[in-house]
Amino acid sequence: MSEKVKVTIDGITVEVEPGTTILNAARQIGGDIVPPAMCYYSKLEGSGGKCRTCIVKVSKGSEKDPRPMPKLVASCRTTVMDGMEVMNITSPEVLEARSGVVEILLINHPLDCPVCDQAGECDLQNLGYEHGLQKTRYEFERRTFERIDIGDKIQLHMNRCILCYRCVFTADQITNKRVHGILNRGDHSEISTYIQTAVDNDFSGNVIDVCPVGALTDKTFRFKNRVWFTKPVDAHRDCPTCKGEVTLWYKGADVLRVTARKDIYGEVEDFICNTCRFDKKKTADWVIEQPTHISDTSVIASNHYETMKPLPVIQTDLRLQQANKVELEKTAKF
Amino acid sequence: MARKLLLEHINVPGINTLDVYRQKGGYRSVEKALKTLSPDDVVEEVKKSGLRGRGGAGFPTGMKWSFLAKPEGVARYLVCNADESEPGTFKDRYLMTHIPHALIEGMIVSSYALGAKTSYIYVRGEMMPQIRILEKAIAEAKNAGFLGKNILGSGYDLELYVQPGGGAYICGEETALLESLEGKRGNPRIKPPFPAIAGLYGCPTVVNNVESIAAVVPIINDGGEEYAKVGIGRSTGTKLISASGNLVRPGVYEIELGLPVEEFIYSDEYCGGIANGKRLKATVAGGSSVPVLPANLTLKLANGDPRLMSYESLSEGGFATGTMMGSGGFIAFDEDQCIVRNTWNFSRFYHHESCGQCSPCREGTGWMEKVLHRIEHGHGKMSDIDLLVDVSKKIEGNTICPLGDAAAWPVASAIRHFRDEFEWHVREPQKSQQTNYGIARYAEPIVSGLKQEN
Amino acid sequence: MLKVEETQPVEFSPALKAKFAEISSRYPEGKQKSALLPILHEVQAELGWLSANAMDQVAAWLKIEPIEVYEVASFYSMYFLRPQGKYVLEVCRTGPCCLVGAEKVMAHIEHKLGVKENEVTADGLFSWRGVECLAACGFGPVLQIGPEYTFYENLDEQKVDTLLEELRKK
Repeated sequence: MSEKVKVTIDGITVEVEPGTTILNAARQIGGDIVPPAMCYYSKLEGSGGKCRTCIVKVSKGSEKDPRPMPKLVASCRTTVMDGMEVMNITSPEVLEARSGVVEILLINHPLDCPVCDQAGECDLQNLGYEHGLQKTRYEFERRTFERIDIGDKIQLHMNRCILCYRCVFTADQITNKRVHGILNRGDHSEISTYIQTAVDNDFSGNVIDVCPVGALTDKTFRFKNRVWFTKPVDAHRDCPTCKGEVTLWYKGADVLRVTARKDIYGEVEDFICNTCRFDKKKTADWVIEQPTHISDTSVIASNHYETMKPLPVIQTDLRLQQANKVELEKTAKF
Repeated sequence: MARKLLLEHINVPGINTLDVYRQKGGYRSVEKALKTLSPDDVVEEVKKSGLRGRGGAGFPTGMKWSFLAKPEGVARYLVCNADESEPGTFKDRYLMTHIPHALIEGMIVSSYALGAKTSYIYVRGEMMPQIRILEKAIAEAKNAGFLGKNILGSGYDLELYVQPGGGAYICGEETALLESLEGKRGNPRIKPPFPAIAGLYGCPTVVNNVESIAAVVPIINDGGEEYAKVGIGRSTGTKLISASGNLVRPGVYEIELGLPVEEFIYSDEYCGGIANGKRLKATVAGGSSVPVLPANLTLKLANGDPRLMSYESLSEGGFATGTMMGSGGFIAFDEDQCIVRNTWNFSRFYHHESCGQCSPCREGTGWMEKVLHRIEHGHGKMSDIDLLVDVSKKIEGNTICPLGDAAAWPVASAIRHFRDEFEWHVREPQKSQQTNYGIARYAEPIVSGLKQEN
Repeated sequence: MLKVEETQPVEFSPALKAKFAEISSRYPEGKQKSALLPILHEVQAELGWLSANAMDQVAAWLKIEPIEVYEVASFYSMYFLRPQGKYVLEVCRTGPCCLVGAEKVMAHIEHKLGVKENEVTADGLFSWRGVECLAACGFGPVLQIGPEYTFYENLDEQKVDTLLEELRKK
């Protein structure tokens, strides 16, 4: 085993395996200094690099070559070097560029959160809240596509898609056959099957879980409820196809939907099969474990367990800390 | 007459055939390299020549070659980038049409230097006639023993193929080109790894422009040091310049680097001045991606010295008062041309050609185009101008590949130097639909202490 | 979702399949997907456009999934995903050509053919469209006509008229 390398992110040093990306090194540190990731997905090979929300500044390349990198880099696809120093939330340049990316991701996004099933667990919604602007400067008609069903259980709202390619990688790597992909190019790009083919195989439902926005949603849950009114519970069953470890989303005594279990970065722990996801919606189908721990960035959590933490910038800027004294004291009580 | 290294025999009848090409000294460099030089010797000569990539970035070719990884038992590839698509650039098409063997000769010597056993020339699909020309020339070369097994008894084997593209500017970016050559969508790869480590089929690969590869021929024939004597400073050798727009004689010219821009535009040996007796308003000196300059800054540096056609002189003054050599696509605008309209046109181009993979470019190019369209068609607002600058900054440097920069620079530079004209479009929405802003002060002598904006 | 045109089943001729095989031999073993772009050009030259059926057959021939072909065919601007006129006039609409009158040439073509961009004339003979830079800026305005992509340079209204007449006579 090769020796670990040292990397410092926003002043916090961590030792990681060689070949680790800046993003994953940051995740080992955890907390506010972890860059947001809309397209990278650690379980999907080749993912990342596209959305540009995870960009960071490399202020020192390495011990051997201390020169800074000339441009901001995608932390999800840049490997750490020994002695590297990275700035994420301590760099105004990074924060500005990131808010630019968020603005750009939103110009063609429909902002139909009030009727979107993803609302409340949407990475783009969270990102927009944390980094975006109050108003858009985009004054043109937004790009629209027709809503289509890909198979009888999955609906594609292409309008909401940010082209992260995660569902394409999922179909390539998790299912036995990919029938959907990215068609056309530039801002005409779309997820499509081209000819109307159902996406149909045992693991196709996972595209719903990997989708960072509400582009791919579960038709069996469509308009059933807002996610923040539902209670997530970890459960398992003996499944011949997958590991059978899931999260059940309850409203009262009813299981409204079944998803894979997700970690604090919204990534599934294990992909689940379509039978578990779509066909097992009775409590009797499952062995219940415990209430699911929900990431504190989610509004689901804000309603149920904890309050929202103040923005990362507030925590690092003394003047802002003064200005937000009351709020910070409130947070500290929790 | 200036020295010609690539186009010396362009007017010889039949120079596109192997026989005539050989009569004019063709394929000497193959004999010299394969019989008397080791692959490393060839790389060394190219390094000594100071040759810089002719596709746009201007990176030293010899250095690029020396980065190529050479693991045991792994194939290496040379891929020629003939996806010439940068607006204003048409030199590679010209070279391949008229002297296809110059490229093939360069490919053989370069492949030998890099240890490639199979090489590809990726030609943009629209150049079907040039593809046929190259295929015919390759067959001729193979018949004559310059390709195939055991070339000239040296023990070196090489197969050379022509690959057509499908119509995508982005495939001029080297990793998008490799993706396309692998039969995929032309999405640029995220680097690292660079092609020198993992390129075509995951193997070490060098991608070079047509003109760079053709320039290897005179470098090997005359020696790298001789080549380096041509040109000026770190801009060694000759460069093919594609001249277009409102010129008396547009076309492809081989110039010795260091030629004054004024001489290039006005002398009878080159473009012969501005067409129809009009005056020069602006130029784009290196293909549509590079910053546009008003006439005065085209001809002179900010300090009043003449500007030269060299990598250094064209970029003198940075983006505040300079531009770039780029691919050598020289576009001249006469006094009747509208900068706003042209900026919108280029912006539409980048919007159309964005691969759509990364968000700033996919969404930002379309946004800029829409705002420019609005200004050009008399519906713009004063705040649109700063909005454009801001959006261009959000794109620049934040994308996977340089297309984002290429889309941002023309817009930012047009506003930097021609802001008056943009403002006039907003202030005079009706008038701007019927008449042009004209040449204004853009050709007037530079006043010292020129505003250094942005 | 793209609207896919209904088409008849497609059968590739033995000559075309031989061509596929020759193209595929240019790449190392196992890398035959590289043949996709050149093969699509061959198919389009034969059929005039790429129907879903034709693309499915190419996928089968290359032993790849149909979606991989659709993804590629829809990315590149040269491939037609719907039927075109017998002659497709592709006029460069980018900056340098516009400096020397490309917009006028396009307006003239539209007027002469009586159809809008991307539409086919009633006799099925022509369609036209503006395309991005064709790398012939010094000889603009230019247009090209597939499948061999013959170039017509330094165009003006009169030259367009002559060209259309010649093509009608062919």
